[in-house]
Amino acid sequence: MNRIQNVSRRGFLQGALASGVFVLGVRLGARRAWAAETAAPLIDPNLWLSIAADGTVTITAHRSEMGCGSRTALPLVVAEELDADWSRVKLEQAIGDQRYGDQDTDGSHSVAGSFDDMRLVGGMARAMLISAAAAQWQVPASQCSTQPHVVLHAASGRKLGFGELAAAAAKLPVPAREQIKLKPRSSWRYIGSEKNTLYDVPDIVTGKAVFGMDATLPGMVYASIEHPPVLGQAVKSLDNKSALAVHGVRRTVVLDPLTPPHGFQPLGGVAVIADNTWSAFKGRQRLKVEWTASPHSAYNSAQYRKALQSSSRNPGKVARNVGDVDAEFAKGGKLIEAEYYTPHLAHASMEPPVAVADYRNGKVVAWAPTQNPQAAQATIAAALKMNKEDVTCHVTLLGGAFGRKSMPDHVAEAAVLSKQLGKPVKVVWSREDDIRFDYYHSVAALYMKAAVGADGKPTAWLQRSAFPPIASTFDAAARYGDDEMAMGWNDLPYDIAHHRAENSPADHHVRIGWLRSVSNIYHAFAVQSFVDELAAVAGKDPVAYQLELLGADRIVKLDGSDADPLYPIDTGRMRHVMQLVAEKSGWANRAKVKGRGMGFAVHRSFRTYVATVVEVEVDAQGKVHIPNVWSALDAGTIVSPDNVRNQFQGAAVMGTSLALYGDITATDGVIDQSNFHNYPVARMNQAPRNTQVYIVDSSAPPAGVGEPGLPPFAPALCNAVFAATGRRVRELPLAKTKLV
Amino acid sequence: MIRLKVNGRERSFSGDPDMPLLWYLRDTAGLTGTKFGCGMALCGACTVHKDGKPVRSCSVSMQAAAGSEITTIEGIAALHPVQKAWIAARVPQCGYCQTGQIMQAIALLQTNKHPTDAEIDQAMSGNICRCGTYQRIRAAIHQAAKEMA
Ligand code: FES
Ligand code: FES
Repeated sequence: MNRIQNVSRRGFLQGALASGVFVLGVRLGARRAWAAETAAPLIDPNLWLSIAADGTVTITAHRSEMGCGSRTALPLVVAEELDADWSRVKLEQAIGDQRYGDQDTDGSHSVAGSFDDMRLVGGMARAMLISAAAAQWQVPASQCSTQPHVVLHAASGRKLGFGELAAAAAKLPVPAREQIKLKPRSSWRYIGSEKNTLYDVPDIVTGKAVFGMDATLPGMVYASIEHPPVLGQAVKSLDNKSALAVHGVRRTVVLDPLTPPHGFQPLGGVAVIADNTWSAFKGRQRLKVEWTASPHSAYNSAQYRKALQSSSRNPGKVARNVGDVDAEFAKGGKLIEAEYYTPHLAHASMEPPVAVADYRNGKVVAWAPTQNPQAAQATIAAALKMNKEDVTCHVTLLGGAFGRKSMPDHVAEAAVLSKQLGKPVKVVWSREDDIRFDYYHSVAALYMKAAVGADGKPTAWLQRSAFPPIASTFDAAARYGDDEMAMGWNDLPYDIAHHRAENSPADHHVRIGWLRSVSNIYHAFAVQSFVDELAAVAGKDPVAYQLELLGADRIVKLDGSDADPLYPIDTGRMRHVMQLVAEKSGWANRAKVKGRGMGFAVHRSFRTYVATVVEVEVDAQGKVHIPNVWSALDAGTIVSPDNVRNQFQGAAVMGTSLALYGDITATDGVIDQSNFHNYPVARMNQAPRNTQVYIVDSSAPPAGVGEPGLPPFAPALCNAVFAATGRRVRELPLAKTKLV
Repeated sequence: MIRLKVNGRERSFSGDPDMPLLWYLRDTAGLTGTKFGCGMALCGACTVHKDGKPVRSCSVSMQAAAGSEITTIEGIAALHPVQKAWIAARVPQCGYCQTGQIMQAIALLQTNKHPTDAEIDQAMSGNICRCGTYQRIRAAIHQAAKEMA
């Protein structure tokens, strides 16, 4: 197979660096720190694709596939500009390699962050194929054009296939990006096509798809790890006698405890090494381990809640300030306050964390379902005190991730054990390990206060939040939200003269991480529940009320550091999705009968505008059924519309899980839940029966689609419950509120 | 020595008779299309057919599987109408749960040629899809039922 070879890479590389992708606005959480360490991608077709003599085009997918479609979407964009025939395209999954730039598949930014680059890569390769054909025909390149997989010279009717041209094209220099003429939107065949399907589906339905759980290496042993039950504990004493007596168990290994901050370090504990997964699991149950003390042993959820709520009631750090809320409140008048509370959540991807690693001759090769192979390289290198360049990380398919697998602690565990054992090791987490040792979504307390005028509209709006921040994963002393503020807290779109958003401090006692849509979950829950409460007090229709608060179409002003120049907050786009979902759901004519209701919420996250209506039926036992959900979204340019609908349908199901059931708690530092019996997630008979998704046709830059469907769901559901029962839900999960 | 048939092939096993069929299939027989999701018969990712009936292979010991005929996703002659319907309805997201879903759906359609929505819910509610593809699964089962009629 011919790689298109490039002789003048250097000049080209400089061009790429000059316009690094990281000017692209919001980088989230410690993602910002991570991105700062990540180089801009090398925009060179030689790195991203190859064309074989038989015409097979192999495109490198540099983002991980966890079910959101990134692995398919970006190569589709390359194929579009290359003018390749997708049925002749094969995908190759990239290893972790900084030449690809940022590979962290999270923050719903894969397409947004790489769309332009992938178009360029495809366009450059197409230009090289055209040049090769023009040279062979001795005609000007400007007279040549392409049809799928073919270069043609219309005047003479000559044609050459991509495969026939690959060898000659490979010898040509890579053209400068300024010379690349991209296709006009009107000629796109793949971007935006209803026909697009995920590349891996045929392998998935036949069981051939290789997930991390399916990776094997010759001579591999299996490991199951008893982690310290409380964060920060270490092994004090170990009795492994009966574990070693289990059929198939070879030995046990005591792992080093972590040093705070925990970051992505392995948790420590005791690994049971065996000939197969089952023996490792069984051996583990027979371990007798005593653990050292940890300050986090005092973590009790009920008690912590009080501290968190009290913190949220007190003034905190200002995240955004407009006008003077205090002066407005001091005027008296009608003041409305409400408090909201949401618990820790676990990701519970269907595939628990797992990884295979082989340490050999000072180098590591790992196979893992990771969202961020470069972070896996760095984490392994740090754990084994070696160079990142000596670590190769292959990326398998991910059996779900939702943010969990952007934290590669499990990959490092496999590498550490492989070095110690001198053979390849597969570390398999059980479901219990997954639920009890997650990087949890933060528990959060939120306090809201508004002064409302005679017209029922707020004249002043104060909001305060407190939650253990993700920053605590990287700095043990961190107590304030950082990038969380940009996730639905410092960007209230309403036209209110006096507004302040604050964040109050909170301690962490478990590992905190990113979970699909992150702090947008609790921020949207508080804001969209509170505004529904204000509408009720005003006696106004919730949608009409929100449209009123939104005011005239405009760009919402944010402070310089928070503003996202390519993706300003456009209330016109927000209004449009609100009106669209109201129309499609028949909001204006909804039935108002007891036990049945519709609720509305709107939220912009990951640069995408989403409005959702949820319909509920609350039966005589107080059980909530969800017959219908309608979601309207504006995510700018869309690559694969059907996949976007699937993402939003899935978000409605995950939204149901967190609204109705999700609740992770701790007793004496130990997580109380362990598997799907006590950490239930929505099943087919509990999920919304029918979710309709409406996509706004837009030529704006592409925005996120994996996460933004989630934040508005829970408030829309709870607002529907209010419409149906008159009961206001101020705490998740909803099971905590008596409905009958 | 435990004997059983997997996808039509005779196999024998001399390891721990407590080992769940799931881990025998995955680690010993190398049939990784059957997935591990919970180990407690709560999620359905490990669904296979034992003597034609859907079972959770994580909760069937090798002892209990002795003498039985097991069919895994690899033993389904591709493409089965259920698999075709899955492709047409573009069901999968991450895909991890889908082989279990498909094995459960095939078993359902063997005993109920035209299941109603309620019957599908009843049969499929043991299979979790954390990505949330239930609506498409339901549609694909109806489609497959039509194809198979
Ligand atoms: S792994 Fe068997 S039901 Fe979940
Ligand atoms: S498709 Fe991901 S769990 Fe079902």
